[in-house]
Amino acid sequence: MKRLTAGITIALSASVATWTAASDDIEAVLQNSFIAKNQATMDRLERDAVQTVCSAPRGMPLDNDTLTTLREQRLNAVALPANGHYLGDWQRGAEVAGSGRGLQSNDDPTQPNGGNCYACHQLAPDEVAYGTLGPSLMGYGARGQSEAMLQYTWTKLWDTHAYNLCSHMPRFGAQGILTEQQLKDVMAYLLDPASPVNQPAE
Amino acid sequence: MKKRNLGFTLLAAWLCAVQIAADDGVFDQYRDLMGDDNPAVFVIDEGEELWFSPQGPKSATLEACDLGLGPGETAGAYVRFPRYFADTDAVMDLEARLVHCMTTIQGRDLETVTAKPYSLRGDFGTEIEALVTWLAAESEGATIAPEQTHAAERAMYTLGEEIFFYRAGPHDFSCATCHEQSDMRIRLQALPDLTSHAGAAEAWGSWPAYRISQGLVRTMGWRLRDCFRQQRWPELQMGSEASIALQTYMAVNAAGGIMTGPGLKR
Ligand code: HEC
Ligand code: HEC
Repeated sequence: MKRLTAGITIALSASVATWTAASDDIEAVLQNSFIAKNQATMDRLERDAVQTVCSAPRGMPLDNDTLTTLREQRLNAVALPANGHYLGDWQRGAEVAGSGRGLQSNDDPTQPNGGNCYACHQLAPDEVAYGTLGPSLMGYGARGQSEAMLQYTWTKLWDTHAYNLCSHMPRFGAQGILTEQQLKDVMAYLLDPASPVNQPAE
Repeated sequence: MKKRNLGFTLLAAWLCAVQIAADDGVFDQYRDLMGDDNPAVFVIDEGEELWFSPQGPKSATLEACDLGLGPGETAGAYVRFPRYFADTDAVMDLEARLVHCMTTIQGRDLETVTAKPYSLRGDFGTEIEALVTWLAAESEGATIAPEQTHAAERAMYTLGEEIFFYRAGPHDFSCATCHEQSDMRIRLQALPDLTSHAGAAEAWGSWPAYRISQGLVRTMGWRLRDCFRQQRWPELQMGSEASIALQTYMAVNAAGGIMTGPGLKR
């Protein structure tokens, strides 16, 4: 109960020191403004190196060397599939791509997470409820299944910052959002010639 | 008031029965039945009644509450928030200011009045929601003009901007992930660009809003809490510094726009 009202107490009884300290110490402001709820714990407000660098407001200049080093670190940390097989089952991959559940305070943590690819990407031509934050991936399988293509796509899904630092796509592998098997299934959904993603639009 | 609440419940029940397939579908079916009427009108009345009802140990109404324009001045007060108040030496949003008035003027207990600021699905609306809705209606048509004269108000804006771009959580989301580009959408839901004047004005000016899919009026504080839930962050507290800072950021970006709320949302 004490913590529940911590935020409001600050706003109601804030001294001058509180608000000037605020912009100096954004972490402290956040710690005072939120409370943990179910699996959404307070440590989620702490940032790693990628998140810190990528929090710069639009147009703020970033140091090139830092960016290059960080991107290379991310690339070196990518875990390719242990057995060398990249492609799972596209049908299960379709479920992963369509599901937006997982890791929210009101989600059941015993159920598998979704990848929510449709929130940001167009994929199968017959699914009209797709978002536009990311590029259309319709017909993605036309790029083929060369080793380079498999590795590129896997890396993109594992940790998008390995190629494009500060991309808006989640790090499905590196952040443990999807399991290795789920990633393989989504890979198949993108690349299998039989997948709906790779059927001609009507 | 009891009777109105009943009407509400029936409406909510009907809405649950509507097949919520596509967002626009809900809107169309709703409009067929209700026309352009916004059920927020009932909540506006309720808010007005609450303002003039004696409550708390001091059995006082909220008429002595100063929303920035002087005690009891309600017309045009909403569009000046968030703003600095000398008596608390803090920048406050309307929700925090109301809580302040309830605890000081009415003598009510802080923990009790903040225990449940936003209703859950299937509940009746809360007191805060009703008061905010009425006060928003008291500014309908007014120009959005949040105060930015005090240094604390400008610091709040800067803090809000910083939080807007702060990426954290398992999905690395910030507000900017979803709200810094125009003409974008998630699935079928349009995403306003809150860094632009046009996007911020449209969004800021249309809340609080009656949510058709929930059968409830929601405040901007609730909207932020729910976006943070989608962001996979912990739960945002009403009246907290982060909430006030983000609202300052949006309101200042929206300045010059017109207050059209209480609105109607899917
Ligand atoms: C929050 C939005 C978001 C979500 C969710 C998302 N992506 Fe992305 N994705 C993007 C953005 C933005 C880009 C483009 C920028 C970039 O390449 O980093 C992108 C790029 C990609 C690319 C590279 C495209 C190319 O032409 O090479 C692939 C492949 C991809 N996403 C697959 C997926 C899959 C599969 C999922 C679901 C598991 C997914 N994305 C979920 C935002 C998202
Ligand atoms: C993962 C994507 C996502 C993130 C991150 C996000 N939002 Fe939203 N936001 C949405 C969606 C989707 C809607 C529309 C909801 C609806 O229609 O039900 C929305 C709606 C809104 C609205 C109401 C707009 C209107 O015109 O009604 C505001 C204001 C808003 N968000 C602010 C924020 C702020 C501030 C943050 C950061 C704390 C944030 N959002 C983070 C997805 C997001």
